[in-house]
Amino acid sequence: MPLLEVKDLKTYFSTDDGIVKAVDGVSFSIEKGQTLGIVGESGSGKSVTCLTIMGLNSKRNTISMGEALFNGEDLLTASASRLRQIRGNDIAMIFQDPMTSLNPVHSIGTQLVEAVRLHRDVTKKQARARALELLKQVGIPRAEQRIDDYPHQFSGGMRQRVMIAMALINDPDLLIADEPTTALDVTTQAQILALIERLQSDYNSAVIMITHDLGVVAEIADDVVVMYAAEVAEQGPVERIFRKPHHPYTWGLMGSLPRLDADVERLVQIQGSPPSLLHPPSGCRFHPRCPYAFDDCPRIDPPLVPVSDDPGHLQACLLDEDTKNREAARLLSGMMATEAS
Amino acid sequence: MIRYLIRRIIWAFALFIVVTLISFVLFFLIPADPAKEACGKACTAPQVARVAHYLGTDRPVYTQYGKFLGRLAPISFSGGFHLKSPNLGRSFVNRRDVNTVVGQAAPETASLVFGGMVLWMLFAIPIGILSALRPRSLLDRASMTGVLIGVSAHPVWIGLILIYVFAYTFHLFPLGGYANFFGGSLTQAGGPIEWAKHLVLPWMTFAFLYTAIYVRMIRSNVMETINEDYVRTARAKGAPESRVMRSHILRNALLPIVTMLGMDVAAALGGAIFTETVFGLNGLGYTSIQSLQQYDSPTVMGIIVFATTAIIVMNLLVDLLYAWVDPRIRLT
Repeated sequence: MPLLEVKDLKTYFSTDDGIVKAVDGVSFSIEKGQTLGIVGESGSGKSVTCLTIMGLNSKRNTISMGEALFNGEDLLTASASRLRQIRGNDIAMIFQDPMTSLNPVHSIGTQLVEAVRLHRDVTKKQARARALELLKQVGIPRAEQRIDDYPHQFSGGMRQRVMIAMALINDPDLLIADEPTTALDVTTQAQILALIERLQSDYNSAVIMITHDLGVVAEIADDVVVMYAAEVAEQGPVERIFRKPHHPYTWGLMGSLPRLDADVERLVQIQGSPPSLLHPPSGCRFHPRCPYAFDDCPRIDPPLVPVSDDPGHLQACLLDEDTKNREAARLLSGMMATEAS
Repeated sequence: MIRYLIRRIIWAFALFIVVTLISFVLFFLIPADPAKEACGKACTAPQVARVAHYLGTDRPVYTQYGKFLGRLAPISFSGGFHLKSPNLGRSFVNRRDVNTVVGQAAPETASLVFGGMVLWMLFAIPIGILSALRPRSLLDRASMTGVLIGVSAHPVWIGLILIYVFAYTFHLFPLGGYANFFGGSLTQAGGPIEWAKHLVLPWMTFAFLYTAIYVRMIRSNVMETINEDYVRTARAKGAPESRVMRSHILRNALLPIVTMLGMDVAAALGGAIFTETVFGLNGLGYTSIQSLQQYDSPTVMGIIVFATTAIIVMNLLVDLLYAWVDPRIRLT
């Protein structure tokens, strides 16, 4: 049994303008100790997927459907009190912006101790000792002195380390990291990623890494889900997707990766911007931006189907196999060529 | 911290001088002769001149202001350096000691203002929070309507209606007046129960407007804080809603309220004129109106001195309190 199995997850928000289908039929599963990358542009539904799993969407205007089985238990139908037991204990989450994710009026020690004592029946002293241990593990220098400092006294990278410490303090089975490095500068990004990887192997936690950066996925993920406009465009094991991407959107993402070794004047960008989820395009939602779109694309909504020679690799594109093979090969050879030169 | 306090005290002095000086000059500029007022209609010109000399109003404004400051200073150099108690002088109209006048009026105003504050916060905090949690619900719409009425209705009107219903018709409370908290006299009721009975209607009248303002402020602050990332973090930790509200939302949402509260209470300590007038409370507001009409500048100056001091002290307290509850603020 997988640690987490998400089946046909849908999250709709009712707004003044109508129903926004923020997540529209997403399925994936993750095993213990594994890493799943969810990739996509802003507004593609990656974060909402995870907030739905955590039960953190506002209840008033949200409708969630499908299943999210965590150790066989459906989180979408679990009671609020059961979800509270799971959150922060079995499933923990790190957020995008460490500058605003910590409460400014409590010291980080207080916030870490709170995280422990919400789930463990321990004294404040024991909780504090545990907090200190975690702060050292995530590499906060002089942790003994800094534990009583307030968030504004830490840099962004240090705050994200504190967030990681807070997420891992109860030894969760699953860690959801929602763009944990987006708000940080590049050198800090690499440190934070390395830290998450190291702690993942120490704690044997599964990790869902939400990102818009395929480079991050290539580095740490086992499986990847590429999302576009609330739907899955392509998903499967990371090396197979990188060896033979099947969806033009994935090609676009790969083409827009900055490469230090490539001698290119400009990065290739995907034309246009993500569609409104209030009125998504007909047929394939990517067709208005797809350079390969043909007559069928606006008419037929492509199903997510396995690639013929690779059942673990799913894709949702109407292009014929030959074109896909040719274009994927061309894209990769281009990348190879720059690598070789 | 010490340096901060010293700087604040110097500023307080400067502010005090500016406020009292402007008030003093304004009184001097009023085209009315306080000596004539004090003397009465039957006085002849030489008699008025004698009264003016006696009151000191025949001297230039800087001399008068200097004498005022000299009386107020807690130290004296005449007859050798020695400490003395500050003195606000005597009323032009009835020669009463202004220290006594302010000393009698201040407790009435303070009782009204602090009691009113407790009342309005008791209503504003729960209503504000509940409206913020369920925006556009029936409760929220009802409370927003109440807010509109609260900021629009005049306290005199509210006071008169309360008196008519609760005092005149149902005899639940006295029609007006004040009862001393620490026991009364032969002619006046006293004791905590009478004190509270006399003040219930004034408290309600006074709190009406502020409840409205504070409900709206608390509602918008809570609504803003609810969407903060750290509130989501608290939920992601598995904190129950009550704890999220108490420890994470309210701690942050009520911070600006502390400042507002300090300002409003300090300003009201100068006298809640309308409420005091309707209920016949001899508070600072009522006294200052009376004195203004009689050009009784020593009494008015006494109240201004009291109000200015109250505002300065309350502001300092609020700043110290703020630094204590918000770790991001350091007093430098």
